[in-house]
Amino acid sequence: MAVELDVFVGNTTIMDEEVYQLWLDGYTVNDAVKVRMEGGVLEECEASADVLLSDTMDQYRTFHMCERLLHSPTKLANQLLFQIPPHRQAILIERYYAFDDAFVREVLGKKLSKGTKKDLDDISAKTSVTLKSCRRQFDNFKRVFKVVEELKGPLVENIRQHFLLSDKLARDYAAIVFFANNRFETGKRKLQYLTFQDFAFCAGQLINNWTVGAVDNLVDDMDVDLDKEFLQELKELKILITDKDLLDQHKSLVCTALRGKTKAFNEMEANFKNLSRGLVNIAAKLTNTKDVRDFFIDLVEKFIEPCRSDRWTAADMRLYLTHYTNSAHILDTFKHQVVWDRYMGVIKSCIFKMYHD
Amino acid sequence: MPGKLKAKIVAGRHLPVMDRASDLTDAFVEVKFGNTTFKTDVYPKSLNPQWNSEWFKFEVDDEDLQDEPLQITVLDHDTYSANDAIGKVYIDIDPLLCSEAASVISGWFPIYDTIHGIRGEINVLIKVELFNDLNRFRQSSCGVKFFCTTSIPRCYRAAMVHGFVEELVVNEDPEYQWIDRIRTPRASNEARQRLISLMSGELQRKIGLKVLEMGGNAVVGYLQCFDLEGESGLVVRAIGTACTLDKLTSGSAPSTNTALPTSSSSPPPFSPSKPCSRQSSSSDTDLSLTPKTGMGSGGSAGKEAGPLKTLLRQQTQTALEQREFPFFTLTSFPPGFLVHVGGVVSARSVKLLDRIHNPDEPETRDAWWEEIRQEIKSHAKALGCHAVVGYSESTSICEEVCILSASGTAAILNPRYMREGCLDTGSTDHRLFLSVPDVLFTTIDMPPEAAVTGKGCLIQARLCRLKKKAQGEVNATAISNLLPFMEYELHTQLMNKLKLRSMNALFGLHIQISVGENMLLGLASATGVYLTALPAPGGIQIAGKTPGDLNNEHHILTIQKRINDTIAKNKELYQINPPELTEELVGSPIPEPRQRSRLLRSHSESSDELSELDLSHGKKDAFVLEIDDTDAVEDIHSLLTDNSPPTGFYSCNTELMPGIYNWTSGVQMFTSVRVFRLIHANLTNQGLNKIFTDLCENLLKSFYFKLRSMIPCCLCHLNFTVAVPEEELIQVAVTAVAMTFDKDHSQEKSADKPTTKEQLQFPLELCADSSSSNNQPSSKISGTASVDYGSFADRCSTWLELLRLKAHTIRRGSVKTSRRTQSLAHSACIHAHTPPCMPPGVTVVKMTPLSFLPGTRIIKYLGIINMFFIRETTSLREEGGVSGFLHSFIAEVFAMVRAHVAALGGNAVVSYSMKECVLMENPNKNQAQCLINVSGDAVICVKETDQEPMPSTTNTGQTCSSGADGAT
Repeated sequence: MAVELDVFVGNTTIMDEEVYQLWLDGYTVNDAVKVRMEGGVLEECEASADVLLSDTMDQYRTFHMCERLLHSPTKLANQLLFQIPPHRQAILIERYYAFDDAFVREVLGKKLSKGTKKDLDDISAKTSVTLKSCRRQFDNFKRVFKVVEELKGPLVENIRQHFLLSDKLARDYAAIVFFANNRFETGKRKLQYLTFQDFAFCAGQLINNWTVGAVDNLVDDMDVDLDKEFLQELKELKILITDKDLLDQHKSLVCTALRGKTKAFNEMEANFKNLSRGLVNIAAKLTNTKDVRDFFIDLVEKFIEPCRSDRWTAADMRLYLTHYTNSAHILDTFKHQVVWDRYMGVIKSCIFKMYHD
Repeated sequence: MPGKLKAKIVAGRHLPVMDRASDLTDAFVEVKFGNTTFKTDVYPKSLNPQWNSEWFKFEVDDEDLQDEPLQITVLDHDTYSANDAIGKVYIDIDPLLCSEAASVISGWFPIYDTIHGIRGEINVLIKVELFNDLNRFRQSSCGVKFFCTTSIPRCYRAAMVHGFVEELVVNEDPEYQWIDRIRTPRASNEARQRLISLMSGELQRKIGLKVLEMGGNAVVGYLQCFDLEGESGLVVRAIGTACTLDKLTSGSAPSTNTALPTSSSSPPPFSPSKPCSRQSSSSDTDLSLTPKTGMGSGGSAGKEAGPLKTLLRQQTQTALEQREFPFFTLTSFPPGFLVHVGGVVSARSVKLLDRIHNPDEPETRDAWWEEIRQEIKSHAKALGCHAVVGYSESTSICEEVCILSASGTAAILNPRYMREGCLDTGSTDHRLFLSVPDVLFTTIDMPPEAAVTGKGCLIQARLCRLKKKAQGEVNATAISNLLPFMEYELHTQLMNKLKLRSMNALFGLHIQISVGENMLLGLASATGVYLTALPAPGGIQIAGKTPGDLNNEHHILTIQKRINDTIAKNKELYQINPPELTEELVGSPIPEPRQRSRLLRSHSESSDELSELDLSHGKKDAFVLEIDDTDAVEDIHSLLTDNSPPTGFYSCNTELMPGIYNWTSGVQMFTSVRVFRLIHANLTNQGLNKIFTDLCENLLKSFYFKLRSMIPCCLCHLNFTVAVPEEELIQVAVTAVAMTFDKDHSQEKSADKPTTKEQLQFPLELCADSSSSNNQPSSKISGTASVDYGSFADRCSTWLELLRLKAHTIRRGSVKTSRRTQSLAHSACIHAHTPPCMPPGVTVVKMTPLSFLPGTRIIKYLGIINMFFIRETTSLREEGGVSGFLHSFIAEVFAMVRAHVAALGGNAVVSYSMKECVLMENPNKNQAQCLINVSGDAVICVKETDQEPMPSTTNTGQTCSSGADGAT
């Protein structure tokens, strides 16, 4: 006796959130049945393994049929094939576009191209996220990227409207799109300690302050491309390290302010010129695309690592950067206050986020 | 030219990409009605075209308006080659022809293609302007309302129930025409869909005409079926109950309803010269196997053939009996309508199909049904009843063999309700009132006024019988020979299972026998209950063939103990705690078998053995199951292995679960289909039975599991349909609705329901001339049960005897049962409390096989939904195999039903059913085809805001009786 055909269709589409997650995670039907059995769902409802298999198959089929609609979530709301209550639609979409941090960390900043897609099995092996799930997540990134690429207006808002995602998830996608577009290097060993959320935060800072959209919100790609003019202006900051007087003056201002407030004062004083050179050099080089890609690695190498080896605490870091930024305003020969603030505002919050004790 | 149909094509959305180069579509629309076609402009390069067309106007006869659907075709314009069809929408405009139904059809419809399924949506607007035309010879029947609902629709009252209407139309099946060899599958499917749509329209129009002739204005319990007879043609047939319905306006007082508009002008509803009943001659008996094959003994020949009719014509009996068929397709009735319920009557007949030579003369098929109906009628008469309620007809076709089946419940109706008042009731009623059976089988829903103890449950009897493959008459004879045994055994199983649950009545009994090439499947479903008015059922006693064998004795004792345990467990499960007066009986599930009526399983026994049956008329019956061979042991095992639903679940196949009264608004309608392939080469009947039983049980288990989030919940109106689509395949399709209820208050209702005037009035009216003890409704629950205790004991044996006779002298597949009971005259309120808020959302269309949605009130019926779809694929694997294919097809059918309802302005479908689901597959060729026919009533329902519990039922009952009183 063999089941040749077995379907169950409800007028209101029945979807079990647990099974949906298993489907999203790329489990095969049989594996999903195993997981569900171990979860003890059988005991609660006096069912047998056959029942579970049949149910899982039904649900997998339903999800498979829904997947096409999930690719353009706005369709899900006015399609007629499935009757799904609105709150359920929201869950379906949100879960479908959710991603694994381990996976996104691997592809963050990479070109969302066929080449990367071919590497997915390696990523799958490395992150122990199933290949099927990797593909879905990768395709989601790519799909969102393609849609917002051609749209005007704020990135996060566009993503939220076209994919009906929550604010949090839309922001994460904005970060992914931003990183993919600027191809920031995130894979180096020195950057491994940083989580996706660290990067997402930094992306948010960059989008809000350094892109074209930060000054003008009616341009194509306004939130995706960095503001070229601004990057050009950053070169002017070099005076802070090339002018010896200015550098000394800056150092003494910062040291006066810091003295007695931290245990790491001696290290700060000793390292001031190095650290300042590091930060200003990063700023000055950002006109080169190559150096933009290395932005995060530079931050880590030129600033975070020296501080860490001197055992600064997070509070030390905060103290130092605050005074370092503010003291520049008191330098009377330094004329680039606006650019300095725009630069240091982002650098400060990025470093705070990236500096793990 | 009495009608003008206007259509406007507004827009499309989500269209498929038809031009790969641009990833876009140049869509335009053709709108066709009859032979007139209009086209919209091409809307270039868009997947969301905005045509916003002018109004296309069709000036047509109302006859065509009824028959024809509006056909909308969406195409992709192609400059260089033929335009590609994207898909079609067929819109039945019938609902617009009735002033009380919808006034406009407007909304998004899925664009459907028989090969690709749904491909985007189209927004259309349709209106009809009807000109009044009082041509008395007209062929149309605009304005007659149709309802699938098998009760008086909620916002109407029945001024009069006229009775049975039937009609059938036949045609050649386009799939089997020569042209099918050269046209595409798509063209062939569309031809079929269109033909069936036309035929249903025609059928409905003809039925409407009959109703008008009878003086009615509506058909209730409209049941339309297709017989796909293959080579020999396509039959569309329908039955229903003609009524005169008055709309209940919320403010109207009952007194306004006393004047009956039909009373003066229309012919008396029961007049002997019924114009509607077709007097088709059944002389063409070549096709009818029954008289010819020699199976029919002398006894039956006289019964079935001509003489009966002549006899009937001579009869000068009551008005009701003078009708050709006093049948009612309704399954629930206004209070007071049913006086007495006799028992289930059924008739089956095996026919050989032959090509329908002339589609305009569907006489052969008519004669077949005529014959069956006559048999039903005579069965009912034999039970002392003059009417058949809960009547339905069905067929099962395999190659050229067709089993026609009809069944219903013999009953006596309240003559006053019929307004004629000429029924001869006196003595008959008296007699019937006093006879109380111990078990009652019916095909109707449980009357709301019947009191039950505890809860009910779904009871199924399942049976498989192998048969040899054969052709023609030999095959038909073999099937005819098997049928009575199958019926007998299904009844036995039902009876045993009923007793195992300590219940004493079955409602909604539906027995389906399905024929395949090498087997017959029988499935009987019903809802068992413990009717308080009936005595407790006897237990089940196990007996060995060879008493004295110690080993055997021990074995029997073990089984007996298991049975007793099961009975005790079931009593607790279904909360069956009958009143104290039956305590001695209840105390021990198995009463001492002073005298036994022995129940033998029939299939293996020879007729000699059967004739030795000891059918004594004992005071108490205990069913005795004899264990004489291993088969019997297995039978008993299968009895005991029926799983009861898990905690929190109940199930029934009637509209509502007896014993649950406080439904909340959670509703989930579903359809489930399973096909099993039998892979064991040599299957025995027992093996098959087990497989079939497991199949059904596993399906139920699956439902419970899937719907576990709705607990506490009841699966209502579980409708199983079995088929043998191919050799070695068994298909079971189920449609049902899961409904939530409030657990905490499930018990209180029947107890604290105050006695109202109607409830008093009802039994008084019924029992006007019966003994005085029956006149006190309050004492009836306990009273009758104890007083008449002795008189019901022989019922079961009578029933058995009838069955035995049937099984013994094999005539044809028919069984009649003689269950009798007193009137079901107790009041219980089935209606729910006002439920918590329904979830918001305007586009949601709820569907249910029930005639209502809990917690809501139907304020308007928008018309009947009757849709037929074909889906075919040549890429079965790519669509996920047969399961994937059927899954999406069923989802598409739901979507199209919802879209039509929404376009009519409705928000729900009630009395929804899937009449047909025929799946053919050929995995080797990567092909499959499926046909689905669904129907239901589109309605607008609103949240039940006020506290009045049953506006329709109570009012209807009262107004009707007062209306009837006024008239007579």
